[in-house]
Amino acid sequence: MRFKIRRFDGERSYWQEFDVPVKRGMTVLEALYYIKENLDPTLSFRASCRMGVCGSCAVRINGKPRLACETQVSKLKEPVKIEPLKNFNVIRDLVTDFEGFFKKHEIVKPYLIRKSEGEIRQTPEQLKRYYIYTLCIKCGACMSACPVAKNCLGPMPVVSAYRFNEDSRDEGKEERLKILSDHIWHCHFVAECSEVCPKDLNPAEVIQKLRLEVLKFSMRW
Amino acid sequence: MSFHNVFAVLMKFDVVIVGAGLAGMRAAIAIAEKNSRVSIAIIAKTYPIRCHSVCAEGGTAAVLDENDSFDLHAWDTIKGSDFLADQDAVEFFVRECPKEILTLDAWGCPWSRTPDGRIAQRPFGGHSFNRTVFAMDRTGFHEVHTLYERMLMFPNIERFNEFFLTNLIVEDNTVKGVTAIDLKTGELVLFEAKAVILATGGAGRIYGFTTYSHTVTGDGMAVAYRCGVPLKDMEFFQFHPTGLVPSGILMTEACRGEGGYLLNKNGERFMKKYAPERMELAPRDVVARAMWREIIEGRGLEGDYGPYIALDLTHLGEEKIEERLPLIRETAMKFAGIDPVEEPIPVKPVAHYTMGGIHTNVNCETPIKGLFACGEVACISIHGANRLGSNSTAECLVFGRVAGERALEYVLKRDFKSVSRKEFEREESRIFDELLGRSGDESPYAIKRELNETMDKNLWIFREEKGMKEAVKKIRELKERYKNVEIVDKHRGFNTDLIQTLEIGYMLDLAEVVAICALLRKESRGAHYRLDYPKRDDENWLKHSLAYKTADGVKVDYLPVTITKWKPTERRY
Ligand SMILES: Cc1cc2nc3c(=O)[nH]c(=O)nc-3n(C[C@H](O)[C@H](O)[C@H](O)COP(=O)(O)OP(=O)(O)OC[C@H]3O[C@@H](n4cnc5c(N)ncnc54)[C@H](O)[C@@H]3O)c2cc1C
Ligand code: FES
Repeated sequence: MRFKIRRFDGERSYWQEFDVPVKRGMTVLEALYYIKENLDPTLSFRASCRMGVCGSCAVRINGKPRLACETQVSKLKEPVKIEPLKNFNVIRDLVTDFEGFFKKHEIVKPYLIRKSEGEIRQTPEQLKRYYIYTLCIKCGACMSACPVAKNCLGPMPVVSAYRFNEDSRDEGKEERLKILSDHIWHCHFVAECSEVCPKDLNPAEVIQKLRLEVLKFSMRW
Repeated sequence: MSFHNVFAVLMKFDVVIVGAGLAGMRAAIAIAEKNSRVSIAIIAKTYPIRCHSVCAEGGTAAVLDENDSFDLHAWDTIKGSDFLADQDAVEFFVRECPKEILTLDAWGCPWSRTPDGRIAQRPFGGHSFNRTVFAMDRTGFHEVHTLYERMLMFPNIERFNEFFLTNLIVEDNTVKGVTAIDLKTGELVLFEAKAVILATGGAGRIYGFTTYSHTVTGDGMAVAYRCGVPLKDMEFFQFHPTGLVPSGILMTEACRGEGGYLLNKNGERFMKKYAPERMELAPRDVVARAMWREIIEGRGLEGDYGPYIALDLTHLGEEKIEERLPLIRETAMKFAGIDPVEEPIPVKPVAHYTMGGIHTNVNCETPIKGLFACGEVACISIHGANRLGSNSTAECLVFGRVAGERALEYVLKRDFKSVSRKEFEREESRIFDELLGRSGDESPYAIKRELNETMDKNLWIFREEKGMKEAVKKIRELKERYKNVEIVDKHRGFNTDLIQTLEIGYMLDLAEVVAICALLRKESRGAHYRLDYPKRDDENWLKHSLAYKTADGVKVDYLPVTITKWKPTERRY
């Protein structure tokens, strides 16, 4: 199967083509390893868990941001085009710079804020209110798809904020809403983020909900 | 191309933690919580939330229920270890586990709950009480994210993401710093430190069929070993019974905890022959050996990738599978095209956990002053010859904290020792001139492939002298060939060719230690099972192996096991 990979060596960017013998069940990540180990050791990409939980391997596959380790080669149109994520600076080949991404995450205070002490109870229903939003693996796919992410927080940090706001153990909601009030008005609701999320989260809907809450709270401020 | 004009970037921190998995992050927080003026660097070759710990699915052990007891948890652990665990360490460990669970609760870990809002617990192999705390079947993932998020609250923890440890700098048996490659720029960076905590995880990628992430290559173990720190009990490698065929991705023990069956080609629950009481929930080594026996004796099912065993969940029904094992279902569907609601999952035993590691005492101290180790990289030892499921994430939390606290005490009484320009340049030259600058005709990846094949063949579930001797010979040959590898990629920025070649070098050293320690240990104990010595031999072998690197190769010493109140008995389930 033919792969067309977008290369960047620090100075020059160009396309390079490789032919990879495909086996049943092969993922795009395995194809990348095949290329690195057999055809061109200079190819750079990130990967760790190869099971869709660490968030290292998001790249654009035929234009769409996806996890390389979760994408079956057999389901793709040939030639398979692989490019680095959009809205990130490219460091090398498929490796993009995530420092800014993680800095944005920190802005929303993405941790449990809790002053109370003592035994904690949380019912399964309370857990369910936020649980799905804990599943974000911070792979960057949503940021790559978002048309405005360059100028604002982008979808990922907003989902993180919502996850803590909805947690019955948390006492920091108001602090976070104050922070968000400066950050959530860029979104055009194209909902590309929800479309590409490999964990099936729905950041677009979260942004909607948070806008309402910010408005509600801001009346009190 | 000359690399000599690169400037040494110098950093100075009271404590440098290498590795940002569960253990490393827990250590960082433990220090920062106690002292806001101590400077802490946490450096890791992956972003913290991309560490291998995110793969842990099943759970974390802790005594929370009033009908459970510390003694019972300790006994299960010691019996599981086939009596090679140090009992004082185990007793300490089990008492600390519950605190960590509650701490993580207060930090936001989304533990699964009972209907009245308490932390839920489930059964797990080798534990005689339902004491495994879990967060769906994504326990490690949630623990890692919780610790990462918590870490963000402390300004005195500075994160160095994507920095690759190359060496420790040691003088007069005291550590004074580490060197690491900043992946983005490709420069070698010097970190001076009063104390260093190694938390770089296990060494699973020395095997080919393995549950481990690609990044688990034993770097910290190898670096410490090269600096003279002994590695303990390296012959003990755990095989998990259920790796998904063909990728090796783990099908968690929770599948069986929740009631799944293991079937051979006759549709028989063969565990009744091997562990009639505990059946599928007997300890891992027992189950893995039973499965391998079924396969060797021709009772495996035949598939495209050779014989396998069927892990059957179909009788649990869709609702239960969706509620308790959603990740397993998703994984089986994505990576093997199989829906466990409809058909059994093809599995076989798979390399899964490194019981051995850097020799430390119960305070996480190594023989080098100022050098601590915790998590899977360390061998304290609480797992002995066989770890129980859900004890290792617990270990990372408990001993991550211990390492942090001990390192803090240590640095408060110490000054920095400066690292000379020469020491730094020697390391720079080793990496950039001798390795990157060299030309040769060996591919590091071919060497890795052959190493993996040897390990999967000769140091697998059943071992015997001939195969292990072959392995030692082969590994030595590969080490010779490694001297002649060429790194094709000569760029500095994000050079994964260089990084992987360094990792393969580490793995060769570790594989040699595993093979030699295994060859020397003439008995069967826990995960180390020899066809030519099928019995445990307490008279001669109730002792830890300690492997040292010397000028003449690996030298192995032995250390007695600490027994407090549990005398070794036959291990039956
Ligand atoms: C699939 C799977 C499932 C598991 N499930 C469970 C379970 O349910 N319960 C349980 O108790 N245990 C489980 N385990 C075991 C457990 O996950 C590990 O033992 C534990 O997570 C190890 O954590 P750690 O912090 O020691 O290391 P890791 O999480 O491996 O972290 C190592 C860190 O060191 C860094 N590092 C490594 N080398 C270098 C270098 N050269 N330079 C810089 N940084 C470096 C890495 O980037 C990473 O940050 C499982 C293991 C596997 C493979
Ligand atoms: S390698 Fe971890 S998500 Fe793909």
